[in-house]
Amino acid sequence: MTVLVLTLIILAGSYVAGLIGSLTGLGGGVVIIPLLTLLLNVNIHYAIGASLVSVIATSSGSAAAYVKEGITNIRLGMFLEIATTIGAMAGAMLALHIQTSIIAIVFGLILIFSAFMSLKKKNEQVSTQKSEWAEKLKLNSQYPVAGGKVNYSVLNVGGGFAMMAFAGVISGLLGIGSGALKVIAMDGIMRIPFKVSTTTSNFMIGVTAAASAVVYLQRGYIDPGLSMPVVLGVLLGALTGSKILVHSQSSQWLRWVFAVIVTFLASQMIYNGINHKI
Amino acid sequence: MASKKTATDVDIQHIIGWILRVGVISSMLVVFVGGCLYLYRHGHEQVHYKDFVGIPGFVHSASGIIHGILTWRGRAIIQAGIILLISTPVIRIIFSAIGFVLEKDWLYTGITLLVLAIILTSALTGNAG
Repeated sequence: MTVLVLTLIILAGSYVAGLIGSLTGLGGGVVIIPLLTLLLNVNIHYAIGASLVSVIATSSGSAAAYVKEGITNIRLGMFLEIATTIGAMAGAMLALHIQTSIIAIVFGLILIFSAFMSLKKKNEQVSTQKSEWAEKLKLNSQYPVAGGKVNYSVLNVGGGFAMMAFAGVISGLLGIGSGALKVIAMDGIMRIPFKVSTTTSNFMIGVTAAASAVVYLQRGYIDPGLSMPVVLGVLLGALTGSKILVHSQSSQWLRWVFAVIVTFLASQMIYNGINHKI
Repeated sequence: MASKKTATDVDIQHIIGWILRVGVISSMLVVFVGGCLYLYRHGHEQVHYKDFVGIPGFVHSASGIIHGILTWRGRAIIQAGIILLISTPVIRIIFSAIGFVLEKDWLYTGITLLVLAIILTSALTGNAG
């Protein structure tokens, strides 16, 4: 295949990946990696490097919009970034030493898990319980709603921190944003309102990805010829997705369709991993 | 208190939003220009990414990339754009730190500098291990 043909195919595929990733809330990375490795026979190291770059672009782009709205809890984000960046650095180092087939299997499992997490109904919880650590770290905050402001507090700071470190390892190992794991840490463990956790998670993804990208960059995992169509395509796809999302609220069936497709891709990754084809 | 949004708090959030947007847009423009040059010069060559062999030497070092940009090599320009993109969140952290200093929030100035130190450690030890 010539450079031109491959670039155009990857550009189109990345656009679709970015669009799906944005519509389902899975993120572009989880769709682009199976596309590159399974369909286009790209080595998983290159695929991860390119995906990581696209993750930084999409999360920084959307974080820019969210920060302005004042929903993002910047202190919480900064505090948890200690955990995610340490994890991401460890994950990237780990990726240099373990077999690619194992990376493919872990990727498949996380992908299936993320797909089913995206199907879960999100309910707006607001906790006002007091937690000593949250007070000390000034994590409790408020977010704007139509009629004024809602105060909320943050629970289980230690547990959330540990889960974030794990999310960082997965992000650094697989080159994805691991948004699903961040949601578990913030919604499930720390009991933060959904709106705040989504925007704060997005705010953190760019920094987390940067911590592992600097390792990948030096190791030659980020190939410019391959990353170029991936990052441009995913970013444009995600932009389109964010425009559509505003207009269609009842997209539950769409999520189901994507969950099935993603699960199929994930099982292919696991199958190839077990048979050492990746 | 965190629950009170001070004037500086809001200003810094605007600056952070602005940095992120400018960083993404400018790096994507650089990647796009580099991509056009790369396709113009190498578009008809054969390529395969099946085996991992690292990346070409001229885009693997800072001096190589700078030399590549000066000689209009597409992939060197793309790689410069990617490095600009990776530095965008890092620059954002630096501005967050400045914001916390202005608010005299020393706890969060420390936390922010710690995150910055972790990323720099990662960058400096990336070739080891």
